Amino acid sequence: MYRYDQYDQQIVDARVEEFRDQVKRRIAGHMTEDQFKPLRLKNGLYLQLHAYMLRIAIPYGTLNPAQVRMLAHVARTYDRGYAHFTTRQNMQFHWIKLEQVPDILADFAKVQLHAIQTSGESIRNISADQYAGAAADEIADPRPWAELLRQVTTFHPEFSYLPRKFKFAFTAAPGDRAAIRWHDVGLRLVRNDAGEDGFEVYAGGGMGRTPFIAELIRAFCPADRLFSYCQAILRVWNRHARRDNIHKQRMKILVHDLGVEEFTRQVEEEFAHIATLGNDPPRAEFDRIAAYFAPPPFETGLSDEIDRSDPDFALWVDRQTAAHKAPGYAIANISLKAIGGIGGDITADQMDVVADLAERYSFGETRVTHAQNVVLPHVRKADLYAVWQALVAAGLADVNLDLVTDIIACPGLDYCSLANARSIPVAQKIARRFADLERQQDLGELKIKISGCINACGHHHAGHIGILGVDRKGTENYQLLLGGSGAEDTTLAKITGPGFDEDGVVDAVEKAIETYRGLRTDGERFLDTYRRVGMEPFKEAIYG
Amino acid sequence: MADALRFRTDTPADEPAVSLDSFLDQDDSASVRIEAGDDVRRLLPVLDRVRLVEVDFPRFRDGRGYSSARILRESGYTGEIKATGDVLVDELLFMRRCGFDSFAPDAPLDPDTVERLLTIYPHVYQHAADDAVPVWKLRHG
Amino acid sequence: MKLLTGNDLKTGAVTWWTGRDWSIHIEDAVDVGEEGDAIGSAEEGARRVNGPVVIDAEATADGPRPAHIKHRIRALGPTVRPDLTLKPADPQAGNWVI
Repeated sequence: MYRYDQYDQQIVDARVEEFRDQVKRRIAGHMTEDQFKPLRLKNGLYLQLHAYMLRIAIPYGTLNPAQVRMLAHVARTYDRGYAHFTTRQNMQFHWIKLEQVPDILADFAKVQLHAIQTSGESIRNISADQYAGAAADEIADPRPWAELLRQVTTFHPEFSYLPRKFKFAFTAAPGDRAAIRWHDVGLRLVRNDAGEDGFEVYAGGGMGRTPFIAELIRAFCPADRLFSYCQAILRVWNRHARRDNIHKQRMKILVHDLGVEEFTRQVEEEFAHIATLGNDPPRAEFDRIAAYFAPPPFETGLSDEIDRSDPDFALWVDRQTAAHKAPGYAIANISLKAIGGIGGDITADQMDVVADLAERYSFGETRVTHAQNVVLPHVRKADLYAVWQALVAAGLADVNLDLVTDIIACPGLDYCSLANARSIPVAQKIARRFADLERQQDLGELKIKISGCINACGHHHAGHIGILGVDRKGTENYQLLLGGSGAEDTTLAKITGPGFDEDGVVDAVEKAIETYRGLRTDGERFLDTYRRVGMEPFKEAIYG
Repeated sequence: MADALRFRTDTPADEPAVSLDSFLDQDDSASVRIEAGDDVRRLLPVLDRVRLVEVDFPRFRDGRGYSSARILRESGYTGEIKATGDVLVDELLFMRRCGFDSFAPDAPLDPDTVERLLTIYPHVYQHAADDAVPVWKLRHG
Repeated sequence: MKLLTGNDLKTGAVTWWTGRDWSIHIEDAVDVGEEGDAIGSAEEGARRVNGPVVIDAEATADGPRPAHIKHRIRALGPTVRPDLTLKPADPQAGNWVI
C-alpha cells in the first residue's frame, strides 16, 4: 500500500502544527466558535453530545498494522478504549478533549494517518471497494487512482470552501461494493477497446434529506485527465450552487435543478478549458504511486482445499469469505456486528488482534468497509482456520456478512448532536430478534440500514429495509422504508407509511420479512421479491 | 497594516471599484467589484482595461470568490485582485494560491499570524495561480 | 424550570450552570429563569463554556430532569453504554433518561 515520501510527510506534519496553532488561538479567545468551527471540521473535529469527536480518514479503506495499532493506542490513551468505524471508511473517536487533539494528530502523523478534510464543506475522504486489489471481479486495482486524486484534492485552494461536503468513491468492478452512485461523484475504472484505462463518471448522488442517485455524465474519461475532469465538476458546482440554504447546496441539487444534460454540458465546457492548463500529474506520477499497490508476493501452487471438519469454522468460511483473484487465497471478512453489540465499534484490544492477524496472514493489509466491518484481503486458504480461531478468541468471529443482523447504523442520539432518535438500540433489538443463525441463513442477503436523522449517515435510503429515526414532539419515532440498494442495482427506498415507536418498528421489520418469506420464489432475495410484488403486500402485512 | 496585506509593488489603483454591470457599461473605469454571485467571465472580453478587481466575500464560508480569482488568472489577468469583506486569517493561504494579491478584510488581521500561516506549508499538492511547484513535479523533475 | 447547559471548551464535557460555576452533574443545575441567555453569553465570552443553550426541565426530588430526551441523554451518557455514563456503578441510573 501507499507510503508517504518526505513531501507527503511534511504536508501532514504542517497540518498538525497549523491545527495546533488554531486550537491555541481558539482557547486563547482569538477566534469565536463560529470562526473556529469550520476549521476544526476541516480537521474532522466535531462537538457531539458528550464530548468532542475526532474522525480519522482511512483513504480508500486501507490500513497497515502500524496504523491499526496507532488507532488502538489513541483509543486507549486519549479515549475510552474503543472507537467506531463509520459508513465512509473513517474511524471516529467519541470522547476526545480539544486540548489533546494536536498531540493525537501528531501521533497519527507518525504512522501516516490524518484527519484532513474528514468533515466540513470540503472534499472528504475518498472511499473505494474494500476488496480492491484482491477481488476476482475487478479489472485493476482502483486505489492508485484514488491515491492520486487524494493528493491533488488535499488542500485544494479553490475547493476548500465549497457549498457543502463533497464525496468521491471508486470501484473497478461491475459489482458495486462502494455504493458509488450514492456519492457526489462515483468513479468506475473501465478499459476501452484500445486497452486504455479511463473512468465512467457518475455525478450528483447523495443521501440526506433529498436523496438522489448519481447519473452517468461521461462514459469514458481518460484516466490521465481524471483530475482536470473532477476540477471541472467542482468548479461548476462551486460557482453555481445555491449559497442561501444549507439544505439545497449539495451538488445533487444543482445537478437536479439544471438537469443532467445541462450540468454535463457546463462540465464539458469547463473541462475543455481546464484540460489545457497542465494541471494533471504525468503518467510517471501514477506509475510511482501504482508501484506501492503492486500485488503482494502471492505463493503459487497453493491448494484451494479448505479443511471443513470443524462445523462452526465451515459456517464462518461459507459466509465470511469471498473469492480472491489469486488461487489458494481468500478474502476474509471480520464481522463487527456481534448480536447485541454496537455495530462498527471495536475495542483497542480487538484492533491489536486485527493488526497481528493482518501482519501474520494478510501481507500486512487490513480494509474497512462502508458496512462497518473489517476485511483481511489476502489470506491463504490454508491459514483461514488459524485466523478464525484467533477471531473466536477475540470475540470477532460472528457469522452474518450481508445477513439480516449485519445492520448498518449511525451512532444516533446516543452520541450525535444532529440525531433525532437513537439508532443503536433499534439495531440491537432487531439483531436479537433474528439472532438464530439458521433463520438468518434462510432469509439470505438482507441489508437493514438505520439512520437516527434525515442526514442519513446510516444509509437508510439504500437499505433493502431502511429505518429513519425522527423526533415526534420530543419522542423517538421510526419510519420504515423498503426497496433501497447501494449495490450496482442502486435504488432509492420508499417509505411504507406512518411511523412506529422502537418496539413497533422492530415488529414491523419482522412482518415485512415474514411477508417476503411467504411470497418469495426460489433463490429470490428480499429485495428481488419486493421489486417483483411491490409495496402493497408489505403494507398490508404491516398496517393491515 | 494595510501594506502588510498587499503583495504587489505597483501603485495601487486609487479610484473606487464599480459594480460589474457599471464597469461593462462605462469605459472610463479601471476598478471593478465582483460580488459573490457575479459571473466573472463577463469581464474577460475587457480584461485589458482592468487594473483592480475587488472580489467580495459576504461570509467567509462563501467560497465562490476563489473560483472567480482562479478564472481571472487562468485568463492571463495580471492586475491586482483584492479580497474584501469577511476574510479571515486562516483563509489567506488559499486565497493567495488562487491569485489574490491584496486583502481588505472587514476585521483587522494580526500580522504575525498572517506571516506564520502563509509560510506554514513547505509543499503543495497541485498547481494553482501562485508559483508554488506541486510535489508531483518535484518528484519527477 | 429552565437550565443553562453547554460544553466545556477545552474538554468538551457536558456542563450545567450551578448559579456560580459549571458542573458536569445535572443535579447541581439551578433554574436560570429569564437570565439564561445573558449568563450564557457572558460565560461564552469568557470561554468558560462552549455553545451555551437554555433548555426546559422539570424539578424532581432527584434533581432537575430535562424535558427533551436529547438533553437527558447528554446529562447521563449513552444509553447503550451504561459503563461510560456518569454513574457506571448504578444500573438504575438511566431509568429516567428514556
